[in-house]
Amino acid sequence: MDFTPHTSEDLSIMLDRLDLEHIDELFSHLPMEVLVDRSPDVGRALSEPEVQRLLSSLADLNRELTCFAGGGFYDHYVSPTVRSLTARPEFVTAYTPYQAEVSQGILQVLYEYQSMVSGITEMDITNASMYDGATAAAEAVNLATVSTKRSTVWVSRGVGPRIRETIHTLAVTRGFEVVEHPLVAGHTVWETEAGEPPAAVVWAQPNYLGVVEDYDAAVRVAQDTGALGIVSYDPMTLGLLRSPGAAGVDIAVGEGQSLGSPMTFGGPGLGLFSLAREHVRRMPGRIIGKTVDRDGTPAYVMTLRAREQDIRRAKASSNICSNQALNAVAAAIQLAWLGPGGLKEVGEQSAQKAHYLAARLVELPGVHMANDASFVREFAVLLPIEPEAAIEGMAERGYLAGIPLSKDYPELPGGLLVAVTERRTKAELDGYVSALKEVVAHV
Amino acid sequence: MSEPGGRASSSPLLGGGPEPTLLDLSSPGRKAWSLPELDVPAQELDIDERREHAVRLSEVAEHDIVMHFTRLAHRNFAVDLGAYPLGSCTMKYNPKVADWTVDLFSELHPDAPPSTVQGAMEVLVEAERILCEVTGMYRATFQPAAGAAGELTGMMITRAYHTATGNPRSVMIVPDSAHGTNPASAALAGYAVREVPSNERGLVDLDALREMLDEEVAGLMLTNPNTLGLFEEDIIQIADAVHDVGGLLYYDGANLNAILGVARPGDMGFDIVHSNLHKTFATPHGGGGPGSGPVAVTKELAGFLPGPLPVRDDQGQLYWEMPRNSIGRVHSRHGNFGVVVRALTYMRALGTAGLRQVAERSVLNARYLAALLSDRYQMPYPAPCMHEFVTSAEGIKADTGVHAMDIVKALLDKGFHAPTMYFPLIVPEALMFEPTETQSRETMEAMAAAVNEIGEACYEDAESVEDAPVLTPVHRPDEAQAARQLNVTWFMEE
Repeated sequence: MDFTPHTSEDLSIMLDRLDLEHIDELFSHLPMEVLVDRSPDVGRALSEPEVQRLLSSLADLNRELTCFAGGGFYDHYVSPTVRSLTARPEFVTAYTPYQAEVSQGILQVLYEYQSMVSGITEMDITNASMYDGATAAAEAVNLATVSTKRSTVWVSRGVGPRIRETIHTLAVTRGFEVVEHPLVAGHTVWETEAGEPPAAVVWAQPNYLGVVEDYDAAVRVAQDTGALGIVSYDPMTLGLLRSPGAAGVDIAVGEGQSLGSPMTFGGPGLGLFSLAREHVRRMPGRIIGKTVDRDGTPAYVMTLRAREQDIRRAKASSNICSNQALNAVAAAIQLAWLGPGGLKEVGEQSAQKAHYLAARLVELPGVHMANDASFVREFAVLLPIEPEAAIEGMAERGYLAGIPLSKDYPELPGGLLVAVTERRTKAELDGYVSALKEVVAHV
Repeated sequence: MSEPGGRASSSPLLGGGPEPTLLDLSSPGRKAWSLPELDVPAQELDIDERREHAVRLSEVAEHDIVMHFTRLAHRNFAVDLGAYPLGSCTMKYNPKVADWTVDLFSELHPDAPPSTVQGAMEVLVEAERILCEVTGMYRATFQPAAGAAGELTGMMITRAYHTATGNPRSVMIVPDSAHGTNPASAALAGYAVREVPSNERGLVDLDALREMLDEEVAGLMLTNPNTLGLFEEDIIQIADAVHDVGGLLYYDGANLNAILGVARPGDMGFDIVHSNLHKTFATPHGGGGPGSGPVAVTKELAGFLPGPLPVRDDQGQLYWEMPRNSIGRVHSRHGNFGVVVRALTYMRALGTAGLRQVAERSVLNARYLAALLSDRYQMPYPAPCMHEFVTSAEGIKADTGVHAMDIVKALLDKGFHAPTMYFPLIVPEALMFEPTETQSRETMEAMAAAVNEIGEACYEDAESVEDAPVLTPVHRPDEAQAARQLNVTWFMEE
């Protein structure tokens, strides 16, 4: 395929204007030793049907499974309304709204996104998105270390292992120390005697095992130690659960994929990032504000720009430039489509189905709940066989059974993390139980 | 009505009246959502931390949503509407076939066992192969979700490398013409940032650089062609000088489009390269993202890459493996995978010759547009430009008092997106044009005519330029008020 419009006549007119004989002369001022002596091998050009066939043949190597995996990425229902509006080329093929006059569309959508995320979290201020839940958490922790001038952070082992790894990567580079606090019977136990006062106290709601944590206990630890309280929350549970803002956290972050973006092997989703107003000057990322233009007409612009890298350079609050704006558009439209009633219904149905499945699974021989704690749409079970083997066996029967816990939580041998969204039907839940019964018996 | 020459010609039907917010359109009891009845027996659930009141969201009908977001779409400029010469952002055409290919992978969960996602892993392997081939590197990670994330990853790899060799080092050098993300990323990675000045040719001042180099310098971040659109002709000497003190050379791939298939960062001496798939490899910019900023490195540095990476076993099956000295994760899963699918679609559609043609025609378009503007606008540096160029409106400002900002706003009225303005910082009243290879000769000519007309108007009727834009839905929003009277959610409306 060729997406350039130049005819041979165009080329000769343009080269003539530049006094060039041949197009290669455009590069004649480059040093000889940097010019390639053989062209990089990318293969021959493919026609549109051929490239479709190539990507289809790769996709055919994947197996389509009924999804019971979560861990931050969930198979919730996304309306074609959301897909269709998000695919509008005016949103898809624009860039960061540097020119507000011709970008009022995306600016207003992002303002509404910020409003809706602040609405469900009851947090004062939300930015226009981060990359994902893990980098949002790492940026929040970094904000806390800068803000408090402390160099230790307390992180619950209930925070997703991949999120903790991402925080750890930044910690090694930035030179702060991460102290992990254990889960006991599914809940975080804050070991408050542990060393110097932390910059941040970080937990997840619900936590990685699906357990609904005690908000007040975590917030109290943050307040007692003078740390910022940072929660990694799950937006699709907020129709059911108390909000981070109501609980009094300082920064609320989360993975926003389930708000209108397909799973797509883990990205693009988006990082949700909200905070209490007192911290806004240190907030990373774009923030859209409403103002008026010179005629007094309401207008939207990027605001508090003095925090950002293109203005402050080495002194910026973060290095982020491109974000996940189109996924924020999807999130805004998904939240508009759900409204308060739909968000509650999704939360209720997911929880009802998760509890139904959990109750049936523990009837299987040798299968137990990993803890007795309260959960909503995700829970951990202990299997009498290796979870990896169970997952392979279930895949042969058409199910993605969940995520194995054994590597990340060696204290939970046989652990399998199971997520149930409103999309799963009773027939699929019953099918899952029957399949797992077979798999457990066979391995 | 369509006009030739890449000019957006439609304006909102209602002539730009403000669009209410979704909250303004909300009425209690309206709804759009539709879900099946619960099909398992409902139970009384014992759930801690239940919320006590309903969430605060708008209540609207589905048609309200469709009208609202469609009207908002009408208020946005885009590549699919007209020419978008925003310098440094490579706003080229985004092939629609990639909308189709990415959907083939949309239902995959990132934690599915490798045996069930071999196709997705093959996408990563093939895209990595091509990326390494094009950049002259050895291995790459797709975890960084954007260019700046790639930069930070590169800085972390640099730190890990020096730490492993005994001295972590403390200084990162960036040119004074660098993107703001470069110093911000280096600082975030804990480096003291030193700026190396540009010389009178707009290139890194080699003597000044040599004076800054010592055993504390961890590396140099460089864009080549640089942000002035000029090829750093001394790149071999620059690389040698940095390597002589044990530093690493980092390539900011923002401008890779200009040298695709022509020259490779690896052959220039770079050790770490990030690419912007949303620029060079034609994935859509999405109103600000998602992008993808894969980081490719030399064989010597491959062990430090974030992981896990796909590796092939004896039977040809792919599995995940953490590189030996990995800096760790920089994303919760595999990066913006969907963007990688789109980029791979583009790479394979173009093939070897097509990628080189991208470089040729992007440079040709930029050079042609620059030639058409050079009578009216100053070109601050003599060297021929690559895929973009920076011109200065300083002369116009001195003569007429009209600023680059005014010129840019007047261009919006003429149906074109603006160039990047006031960047790089070393050029006063800078206007940075990057037409990209997907715009036609007629578009270059129409855009040049528009920019030159504005230049003339500065002298003949300066007020008309300073009053621009007049055709857009809003005119010069008050940014100071936005920051002073913060209104960033509809709950903050008075």
